[in-house]
Amino acid sequence: MSQEEEVRPVTRGPSVGAVTGAQQTPAHAPVSSALLEVDELRVTYGGAVLALDGVSFSVPEGGTVALLGANGAGKTTALRAVTGLLRFHGGQVTAGSIRFAGRSIARADAATLVGSGIGQVLEGRRVFADLTVAENLRVGAFAGRARRREREIRQELLELFPILAERADQPAGLLSGGQQQVLAIARALMAQPRLLLLDEPSLGLAPRVVAEIGQALRTINERGCALLLVEQSTALAMRATEHAYLLETGRIRTHASTAEMLSDERVRASYLGAPAVLGHPEEVTR
Amino acid sequence: MTAFLQLLFQGVALGCIYALVALGFTVVYRASKVINFAQGSLLLVGAYLVSFLATDLNLPFVAAVVGAIALLATGGAVFQMTVLRRMLGQPVFVLVMITIGLSIVIDSSIPAIFGGNARILGDPWGASAVHVGGVTLNWVRIWTVVCTGLILALYFAFDRFSRYGLAMRATAADEEAALAVGVPVRRVYALTWAIAGGVAAVGGLFLAGFPSSVNPSLGDVALRAFPAIILGGLDSPPGAVVGGITIGIVEVMSSGYAPGWLGNDFSSVAPYVVMILVLLSRPYGLFGTRPVERV
Repeated sequence: MSQEEEVRPVTRGPSVGAVTGAQQTPAHAPVSSALLEVDELRVTYGGAVLALDGVSFSVPEGGTVALLGANGAGKTTALRAVTGLLRFHGGQVTAGSIRFAGRSIARADAATLVGSGIGQVLEGRRVFADLTVAENLRVGAFAGRARRREREIRQELLELFPILAERADQPAGLLSGGQQQVLAIARALMAQPRLLLLDEPSLGLAPRVVAEIGQALRTINERGCALLLVEQSTALAMRATEHAYLLETGRIRTHASTAEMLSDERVRASYLGAPAVLGHPEEVTR
Repeated sequence: MTAFLQLLFQGVALGCIYALVALGFTVVYRASKVINFAQGSLLLVGAYLVSFLATDLNLPFVAAVVGAIALLATGGAVFQMTVLRRMLGQPVFVLVMITIGLSIVIDSSIPAIFGGNARILGDPWGASAVHVGGVTLNWVRIWTVVCTGLILALYFAFDRFSRYGLAMRATAADEEAALAVGVPVRRVYALTWAIAGGVAAVGGLFLAGFPSSVNPSLGDVALRAFPAIILGGLDSPPGAVVGGITIGIVEVMSSGYAPGWLGNDFSSVAPYVVMILVLLSRPYGLFGTRPVERV
């Protein structure tokens, strides 16, 4: 069995997910109150380095949004601001607001935010290498909104990603890169997020694996979980998101539907290092 | 042969105390990478607490021990929550310096409060012993071994099977990733300090047992346990146990068997010799993490 097949998500199965907990939110939220609303956000590191300068974006309930931009544009910083990890890196929100489900979360701590429905997958997968796959999933349920249903949620995730069931008792460090990415996503889903943030989930993965991760993300979204995807490369954004914002050195340059944004030659060439002008895509994107 | 068994028993009993010291170290270090230089001082507090509760307040000895464990565990957690927590985002080095400060405060407060003289522990064992075929087994040492075994079993069961044990391991593996998936990392740190305090109370009480007493120099045990920690590997609780018992046996055996030309106090050097020999072949200690990753 090839690695590509191993990570492929199974799309059949229960369609309304215990995984995402979408049923706990009103089906027709008013358009004006997006699930996540970031407004005029300014972030500095170490009190001096300005990383974000008046950034605004929003993710609608159940929506899929990509945050695109070159290296150093501030994509990861934007995610950290939302998830409460800024302080961990010596960063600070100096102006602007972040609202999740109508409530201000600019000062909340990371663990609390996971409990209130914001899940995230850090760049570089960051699975707990010495812990088994099953233990990694248990850690993901720690702050979950529905700990009583932990077993049920895990069962559903193992049906979605059968490879994790096969490897349940192995140390996560022994999985392949694609499998680790799947585990990182499943671990985040154990907490039943309403919004899942992913930082460069396609980094270092083969194109076919990226396609499969994209498929998995769509399935997760169909079950009601909103997605906010940070990407430097465009393939996954194209597959998994409808709307895209383009970040450039700490500011939102433009936003549009993902398809529109990525068909713009200038955008591709200038900010995303797509192969429009310069030689090999790999060399440019990295 | 009798002499050998006698020394072996004493070595294991001493090693158990080292193992408790080392366990307190590694639990904190593994989660937060903070080398807690105050661990020896916590043992000192533990011994004085037991002595105070059992002799000044006349509590039954078991109650005094349980009370000392509870108080010191609470104290450890409170210290973490009120002092170390404010240092979030500071380099680990800063936290290490604070633990040195804590140890100085404790080491100088204890004689100020209780005086510099030795106190009695208030334990029911004293110098009583059983004799098995010429080997003298002091009750205090028997209880040292039994209680250490019990505490280690409890700790490892907690680490392996409980939710918070899992959270400790996840935090140890990757603090940011643990935060990112919702582990209350700050609570985990407080918990590791509570564990460090609790095991220090037990270690301190047995350290002060016969033939020693409750006195201000008990905290020096941390220095003597140092080779045990390095030997086992800084971030490995099982290593702490193996290292502790090994060093205890080495120390006692060398005091019994070292030839005269090595000098009188070779037994206090021997653990360091063993440590250096082990580190030559295993730089991360016997059980320490050598990072293995598939990239």
